Amino acid sequence: MYETSDIRKGLKVLMDGNPFTIIEFQFVKPGKGTAFTRTKFKNLLTGGIVEKNIRSGEKLEPANVEERTMQFLYKEGEDFVFMDGTSYEQVSIATDTVGKQHDLLSDNLDCTVLFFNERPVDVSLPNFIYSHVVSTEPGARGDSTGNVLKPAIIESGAEIGVPLFICEGDYLKIDTRTRSYVERQKK
Amino acid sequence: MRAGRVLARDADQLRIRCEGRSELVAAIGGEGPGDWVQLEDETAPRIVAPFRGVDFPSPSSETARLDPGRITGLRARATVLAEIRRYFSEQQFLEIEAPTMVRAPGLEVNIRAVEAEGGYLITSPEYAMKRLLAGGLQKIFAMPRCFRSEEEGGHHGVEFTMLEWYRSFDTLESIMADTEALVRRTVRAVRGKESVMVGGREVSVASPWKRMRVQDAFAEWAGIELLGDESASTLADKAVAAGVEIGSAHEWDDIFYSIFLQCVQPRLDGLSEAVLLIDWPNPLAALARTKPGKPEWALRFEAYVGGVELANAFDELTDPVEQRRRFEAEQDERRRRGLDVYPIDEKFMAALEEGLPPCAGIALGVDRLAMLAAGATSLRGVSAFVADEL
Repeated sequence: MYETSDIRKGLKVLMDGNPFTIIEFQFVKPGKGTAFTRTKFKNLLTGGIVEKNIRSGEKLEPANVEERTMQFLYKEGEDFVFMDGTSYEQVSIATDTVGKQHDLLSDNLDCTVLFFNERPVDVSLPNFIYSHVVSTEPGARGDSTGNVLKPAIIESGAEIGVPLFICEGDYLKIDTRTRSYVERQKK
Repeated sequence: MRAGRVLARDADQLRIRCEGRSELVAAIGGEGPGDWVQLEDETAPRIVAPFRGVDFPSPSSETARLDPGRITGLRARATVLAEIRRYFSEQQFLEIEAPTMVRAPGLEVNIRAVEAEGGYLITSPEYAMKRLLAGGLQKIFAMPRCFRSEEEGGHHGVEFTMLEWYRSFDTLESIMADTEALVRRTVRAVRGKESVMVGGREVSVASPWKRMRVQDAFAEWAGIELLGDESASTLADKAVAAGVEIGSAHEWDDIFYSIFLQCVQPRLDGLSEAVLLIDWPNPLAALARTKPGKPEWALRFEAYVGGVELANAFDELTDPVEQRRRFEAEQDERRRRGLDVYPIDEKFMAALEEGLPPCAGIALGVDRLAMLAAGATSLRGVSAFVADEL
């Protein structure tokens, strides 16, 4: 069981038979009184959000969820096929479950797949991915401030904003959480 | 117009730090590391202050590595500290530097003290301040760093700055007037007006502040008739009947605060004016006197601004017999709950026995006041460093 002091973002708990992840929490202690953790939970199956005040001393039940590192293999219709690198087991995961970062998936990318009762329920990409620029407007030399962005297509087919000096073939570091350009990599 | 400081030069490019971020611009002259430059447009830097090997306060010192918002917050905090001292100086209060390392910390069951040198760090300067009142001082204030273990969050830190002030031969009314005047004044000094922004809403701190009895807040916002002397199980029944989730709570205070957080706090968050919650139920009297003729209510108030609990005040208990009884009850309660049992401050008790004049006092969270005045969303925004940055 988890204590309130274990509460942190990303902690997976079971409430009313559903797996939840903690997305936000605040320590509160009104009037020199009892300590509570005002906690926002996201239902991992439905995406629904609930807020509860967990009193210090109360317990939370860990959810029977498993995180596995799996490699993205290929897209098959609306499903994404991932493989466990050690067991070679493959799973097909629907676009909805993969989430809105699905277009950042490129072949062989290692992702974290969350299983609840053996069923894949969520896919997390690494915070940063690296990709060549497949196409973009020609680079504008001299403007190196990085303040103005232009669209560029990366290997996965996704479009992201890059500084004007970026050229086709450049190798970029991209933050998958914000879908934003971080920096150009030396090859 | 933006300004920045050159960190490095590489041929025709300058790496500059500007508005808390590092960026590259084209060099146009002899700019070098340490120079302060102004950016006429996005690309053309102009030296406004050449680096001479020493740092100096620049009008553009926001271009340093600290986040500009943080620097604004630190300035707001300094203004708040200065205004607090100005207010009490005008009111002819004596500033006290209370000791922070003591043998006996606060005994409230919900507060854990940090151990130090065989004793504890103070959770409040209260005992020392009252000994001085007993010693003959009449109007005193102190602004020490206090320490409460296991309290870490947006509005809490294990280490924080507490302002306490006391008036002897005086009542809670004067403390209320001080509170309003002090908050108004510090907010005006930072913001130029008597309102703060909390969660995107404007909250007025202009006088007079709304006053509400805890009993009325419970009746109006929770639909619960609070008597102040009901048993824990009766209070639990009332909470459940009103649809409040109390989980496994069975202690009186745990149930009270479950109701408070679920029903009262959201309403306090929504108020567009500052409020004083007055007349707290006796189980939460702590070091407050009970109301004459109404022993189920304590002469205690709490100040809330935009839902942020800012201060807690007592018409101070001066009766040594009752004080010892309460301290011993707190110790028993600590023992029963398996908590560390702190010693009773016998020097404080001796001062009460020699005679503490009638007095009222308050503890106000300076970090939270600075946060409100600065419009910051957490203490981080007005603190030089918070725990996770150390």
